[in-house]
Amino acid sequence: MATSVDRNAPMATAGNPRRRLPFTGSRRPSSRPPWMERPPLWLLVLKGIALAFIVAAMVLPFFHIFAVSLSSYADVLGGGLVLFPRNPTLEAYRAIFNGGIVVRALQISIGLTLIGTLAQMVFTTTMAWGLSRPNVPGTRAILFIVLGALLISPGIIPSYLLIKELGLLDSYSALILPGLISSFNLIIIRQFFMNLPGELIDSAKIDGASEFQIFWHIALPLSKAVLAVVALFYAVAIWNSFFNAILYLQDATKWPIQLVLRQYVLQGSDIAAAADASSNQPLPPARTLQMAIVVVATVPILIVYPFLQKYFTRGVLTGAIKG
Amino acid sequence: MSSVPTPIEGRGQPSAARPPARKGGASVWRRAWSNRAVYLFILPGFLWYVVFHYLPILGNVIAWKDYSVFTGIQASPWVGWQNFADIFSDPAFRIALTNTLQIELLQLVFAFPVPLALALLLNSLVGERLKRTVQSVVYLPHFLSWVIVIAMWQQIFGGDGFMNQLLLNQGFERVSIMNNPDIFKPLVVLQSIWKDAGWGTIIFLAALTKIDVQLYEAAAMDGAGGWRRLVNITLPGIRPVIVLLLILRLGSMLSVGFEQYFLQRGAVGADAAEVLDTFVYFRGVVNGDWSFAAAVGLVRAIVGAILIFAANWFAKRFFDEGIF
Repeated sequence: MATSVDRNAPMATAGNPRRRLPFTGSRRPSSRPPWMERPPLWLLVLKGIALAFIVAAMVLPFFHIFAVSLSSYADVLGGGLVLFPRNPTLEAYRAIFNGGIVVRALQISIGLTLIGTLAQMVFTTTMAWGLSRPNVPGTRAILFIVLGALLISPGIIPSYLLIKELGLLDSYSALILPGLISSFNLIIIRQFFMNLPGELIDSAKIDGASEFQIFWHIALPLSKAVLAVVALFYAVAIWNSFFNAILYLQDATKWPIQLVLRQYVLQGSDIAAAADASSNQPLPPARTLQMAIVVVATVPILIVYPFLQKYFTRGVLTGAIKG
Repeated sequence: MSSVPTPIEGRGQPSAARPPARKGGASVWRRAWSNRAVYLFILPGFLWYVVFHYLPILGNVIAWKDYSVFTGIQASPWVGWQNFADIFSDPAFRIALTNTLQIELLQLVFAFPVPLALALLLNSLVGERLKRTVQSVVYLPHFLSWVIVIAMWQQIFGGDGFMNQLLLNQGFERVSIMNNPDIFKPLVVLQSIWKDAGWGTIIFLAALTKIDVQLYEAAAMDGAGGWRRLVNITLPGIRPVIVLLLILRLGSMLSVGFEQYFLQRGAVGADAAEVLDTFVYFRGVVNGDWSFAAAVGLVRAIVGAILIFAANWFAKRFFDEGIF
């Protein structure tokens, strides 16, 4: 059984002390089905290398960005730092949080995300509920309108003209209204509503509950998981949204964080304006400030990511997709 | 711009929903009236779809006009098919079209198979915890905005980024990656792979779990090795999903996206980075050539629709799969 160690080697997960079980040679005896033969050593090594490469390519950039944002002036000038700043300092964060453009952009983005997600959930869940009710004439036609929106999109120029005609240019509504409902999310929630136990709804109806009461007191509480994941998807999309802002907002004082990020990090605008210009202290190096902005824009995503991930690996979404 | 995975199987759901149950003679109007509260639920969303999704389509009339912001849509003079005729004699359009098709082809050849390969790799992992961990890691970049992704790439591969500092410290020459027009196309494909390949596995992994384990078991009993099982069970088992994704991919062949190219257009120049979406934006919104840009957008949308139906027809004819 010399192979037992080999075949576990690339798969060893940290913090899990290896127990040797007789005969199976595996930590979790049930994990490999009995009919599956042990792959040859070279394949395991190859897989291990591939996995290590993939994980490193995904994770290391985050560490690097974070390390740069914490670096001192000497570190940045010295160059060649990889994952750990030699003299970590929070100067850059202090500078951008002192007030100024980045703070304002963050406030705008947070506000947009909260209000936008709420509005999206209201519109999406109500329509999904309506379209999930059986035996309502006309809902099929409306469903086609919803699904058709997945195939046909109005295009950049007509969308712009609409917002212009509505007088919404340079307004925050222009960032929320055009994306109020995602057909895809609506279909997911509708699918979930349709699978709610019909007897529950019928008995509530017999007891005299109104459509709204059923929706509010039965449907929504029973759908918390799917609502949470859709809300998170909506929130992440608004936080990340760039296109609508670049299209509809001329006024740079209204820019959300993604546009500010582009301005200072990709276009290299003078970073001093992004931080508090009034303080007399010398600013940290531009590179450090830039990476601090990247980190600040990334952290909200990293915070909600575990919740998102918990749901979609459980198959809430894929279940709905597969129908 | 929805952030959830591609709507592969939106089909089936509408029909599954409504059994044609005619309740003993109740007329359509009576059923409608008794469900009037339901219509109230539908109404706000319905109005939104009409106003924000279908109404703007009418705005495409300016493609047949000589629109300017000062005269407005109504008062602008009609010019017939002039704007459409101009499209193909426009050199900048030709560049944008060529770039779009080249990038899409590269994506199809190099980026499309990666999620499939990654899904097979993940699926072959026996340890459940390792699988979960790797999944969490590879899904993550999908949730970052392109601005953040490009900023990270800039920091690592940019002119005075991490990699070049390392090279300089070792006494090598600086290499130009992020602002080199010659390698821009492979670069964007790599960026797309980094950002979305992990997320792309989700649909394949879902399909892989649907394959009957007994097939594998029986095949193994009959002496089929790992490779035979992959070729003869796994790949045929997820063929429907592969075909569906290919159809969608072909259908969106003329839209490679906006942000990734818009953000890097400054660094590599319009000749390398202009794609149809950015072309329409710059021509219309920035340069004020509204009618021409609308014509380009319209042609693109129509060709895109034709492509998706053609791909669907093709898939039905030859693979017995399709989305509608």
